[in-house]
Amino acid sequence: MKKRRNDLLLLAAVVALATLLWLTLRVTRSTGAYVLVSVNGAQIGMYPLDEDLALRIGDDTKYNILVIKDGWAQISEASCPDKLCVHQGKVRYDGQSLICLPNKVVVEIVGGEQSDYDAVAK
Amino acid sequence: MKKRLAARQIAEYGLLIALSMVLSYVEFLIPLSVAVPGVKLGLANIVVVFALFRLGKVEAFVISMLRVLLMTFMFGNAFALFYSLSGAVLSFAVMLLLLKTGRFSPAGVGIGGGVFHNIGQLLCASVLLGTKQLLYYLPVLLISGTMAGVAIGLVAGMLLSRVKPDRAG
Repeated sequence: MKKRRNDLLLLAAVVALATLLWLTLRVTRSTGAYVLVSVNGAQIGMYPLDEDLALRIGDDTKYNILVIKDGWAQISEASCPDKLCVHQGKVRYDGQSLICLPNKVVVEIVGGEQSDYDAVAK
Repeated sequence: MKKRLAARQIAEYGLLIALSMVLSYVEFLIPLSVAVPGVKLGLANIVVVFALFRLGKVEAFVISMLRVLLMTFMFGNAFALFYSLSGAVLSFAVMLLLLKTGRFSPAGVGIGGGVFHNIGQLLCASVLLGTKQLLYYLPVLLISGTMAGVAIGLVAGMLLSRVKPDRAG
C-alpha cells in the first residue's frame, strides 16, 4: 500500500516538525521581567513580574482579573463563557502569553534577556 | 432528466451540510480545548473529506463554506466568522492539494486538513490580536491536529468504502 506509506511519512514529518519546534522554543526560553497587558491590540500597561499584583482589566460586564504572585502571572477570573484564559494557568517565561479571545485581552511576558531586542522590534 | 439531477444534488448538499452542522454542534459539546486553546477534533471535516473524495472539489468547498456561514449565523459573531473561515479555507486548500497529488489516502488528507485548520486559526488569531506570541501553541496544535486528522480521515475512509457511490438515481 503506497498510499498508506505516504500517509505515515506525512504523519512522521509533522510530528518531527512539532517536536523540533517545541525543543527550540523550550531551549531558547528565559524567565521574563515584565507582564504586558493589551486590550484589542492596544497596550494598557506593563507590570513587573517580581511584584505581587491583582488587576482588573475591562469594565463591569467584560473583565479579566490578572494576578501576579511569586514571579508567576495568571488570570484568576474572567467574564468570558469558556474561561480558556483562566485554564491556561500560570506563565513566567519570556514570550508566554495568556489570551482571552472574547474580551480581546492579551497578557504577555516580556523582557528578560532579550528586552533590548523587543524594544527595537516594537 | 436534468431536473431530476438538480433535485438530487440539492438533496445531497442539504443532507451533507446538515450532517456537518450537527457534527460541529456535537463537537461544541465536547470541551476538548480546556487544556490548550484551539485543540479540537474537527468532526465536521469528516463530511468535507467524504465530499472531496466522493463528489468533487466544488461540492466539498460549497459544503465547507456553507457550514461555516450557517454555524456563524446561528451561534457566532463576526469575529468568530473570520476565525472559522481562515481555518476552513486553508485546511480545504491543503486537503485539495494532497488529494490532487493522488498519493494520499483519506487519512493523509485528513492530517493535512487538521494541521492546517489549526495553523489557519492560529494565524488569524495572531493577526486579529496583533501578537506573534501564539507561536508557542504551534507544537501542541500540530500534534493535536495530526491526531485529530488521522481519526477524521480514517472515519471518512470507512464511510467512503461503505457508502455506495449511487449515481443511478
